[in-house]
Amino acid sequence: MSASAEATVLITHEVGLHARPSVKFTKLAKRFSAEVEVALAANGPWLDAKSIVKVMAAKAPKGTVLHIRARGDGAGEAVGALVELVRRDFDEGVDHARTA
Amino acid sequence: MPEPLRLQGISASAGYAEGPLFNLDPVVARYGRKATAADERLALETAIKAATGRLAKLIEATKGDAADILEFQLAMLEDDALTGPAFAAIAAGQPADVAWRQALDAEIVGYETSDQDYFRARAADMRDIRDQVLRALTADSEAAAPAGAIFYGEDIAPTRFLETDWSSGGGIALKAGSAASHVAMLARSRGVPMIVGLGAVGLGASPAHLAGVALLDAEHGGIVLAPSRAEFEAFRRSSSSFAARRDRAETFLARPAVTKAGTAVRVQVNIADPSDVDNIDVSTCDGVGLMRTEFLFGKTLPDEETQYRTYRKVLEWAEGRPVTIRTVDAGGDKPVPGFTVAETNPFLGLRGIRLSLARPEVFRLQIRALLRAAVHGNLKVMFPMVSVRDEYERAAALFAEEQAALSTCGVAQKMPPLGIMVEVPSVAIAPEAFTEVAFFSIGSNDLTQYVMAAARDNALVAHLNSIRHPAVLRLIASVAAFGRVQRIPVSLCGDAGGDPAAIPALIETGLRDLSVVPAQLAMAKAAIADVSI
Repeated sequence: MSASAEATVLITHEVGLHARPSVKFTKLAKRFSAEVEVALAANGPWLDAKSIVKVMAAKAPKGTVLHIRARGDGAGEAVGALVELVRRDFDEGVDHARTA
Repeated sequence: MPEPLRLQGISASAGYAEGPLFNLDPVVARYGRKATAADERLALETAIKAATGRLAKLIEATKGDAADILEFQLAMLEDDALTGPAFAAIAAGQPADVAWRQALDAEIVGYETSDQDYFRARAADMRDIRDQVLRALTADSEAAAPAGAIFYGEDIAPTRFLETDWSSGGGIALKAGSAASHVAMLARSRGVPMIVGLGAVGLGASPAHLAGVALLDAEHGGIVLAPSRAEFEAFRRSSSSFAARRDRAETFLARPAVTKAGTAVRVQVNIADPSDVDNIDVSTCDGVGLMRTEFLFGKTLPDEETQYRTYRKVLEWAEGRPVTIRTVDAGGDKPVPGFTVAETNPFLGLRGIRLSLARPEVFRLQIRALLRAAVHGNLKVMFPMVSVRDEYERAAALFAEEQAALSTCGVAQKMPPLGIMVEVPSVAIAPEAFTEVAFFSIGSNDLTQYVMAAARDNALVAHLNSIRHPAVLRLIASVAAFGRVQRIPVSLCGDAGGDPAAIPALIETGLRDLSVVPAQLAMAKAAIADVSI
């Protein structure tokens, strides 16, 4: 019986889930062995959260509600950590948002 | 000596450079096909490894934004989702170079065709990634450019830019390119002159033109090949005048505004016409604190589509920074034929939000354009000349109605935060009626003239029209304090915000957010740096 978790979080970063935030997001996702996916809508399409190619291709602007789900070992922790990262605005101040 | 040849592009990073030309677009060396698919696969793996190794080395020697750009490229290159299709094509019999090029070109197209400037600009990064691996595949090393060279060609790769030593001058002149590209941002932050958009022909000049020294005027977006003596002299005069101007302002312009005591102050710009933004480096300001919309209301009333396109342009230019658009503030000293009414005392008459609410059919068009534009950036909308809460509520209700209507029709839209101008004394004295607004923006020109009962366009009473009168400053301080308690952001967007003589007093009132005309940006930041709060 493998664990699974799902959550949603609002993207407040000025330029959305773009280059620099995507790097941070996928790097964090890769730290977990669980399969992690993201989507811009509850019914998908679901994309591999560990792939920057896929995450960038989602082109999620500021104000998007990001759906995150995980399956497998540490699924809950993975979803929690990623939600936190987005909520913390990817650990960037407004100044950094300029060139992200 | 050939005749001088002048070409015009668009400035992406202001500055001047004179030097030899260096072609960025040499013919790519031929790739030697391998005997088996397994060998092709190995060749591509080796090339990708070489490219990632080179990027990792470059990252170690780089800091800040530039390192972030390289980190992004490295993450892309390490992603199986990027490389997978190429390896699949090799397994299906393609040579490594063709497989790689096709796989990357498929990704690049996705970026090039995006309707967002930000994503289109990332296509240059993807091409950079593609070419780094292709060069590693063909063991083709980049030719070294002479010191102080002006690079010209289709586009320039971020890695190429970062590996170039710009300390002895030089610049960039591109056929394509974009002022929103990573390289353009880097060029601006490092003061490397750069122009883009020279067109498909580019320099397209004879070998004799290309062999000599060129003059790059990236302040005005031009380049001269085989310049005459007179052009040389004029160029050097413009160049040294630019250097002097830049030295003075640059120290402040490029940095976030901070007082002597370390207090951060947000400095945004006021724009009156969307073309204003073409001459502003977006990284030097914290957003648009006031975008007027009266320019749209000229001889005729603007249609929804014209408004939408105009708002969207500025939102996209701002690259995610806030853009505060003020709904039309016609009336007063800004009459619009067919819209405003003739009055004996127009400054106290049907102007600003009063007029918009009286002419809902005109107002609704603007509201729809704003709701649709809001999806393209970080839009905020504010209402001018609000005196009582009812006006804000009625305007907000119209926004809600139009949003519902657009939503029913399936049109993309977003409700922006709605705020008000604080320029009528009733609001400044009793702001507690407005606890539900998203933000306050103090219009110091009108607030001053209404508090002092001195028209701002009448020289006879100009001595009375002073923002530094204690009555005006006290009102501003009280609004700033109210905003702090209620957690409602307060900014100021009048001319006083950019006036070095008024800035210390404004900071003292508690304001930490000013919006100034672009020409005053550097001066305002310099004045803020002198404040000891």
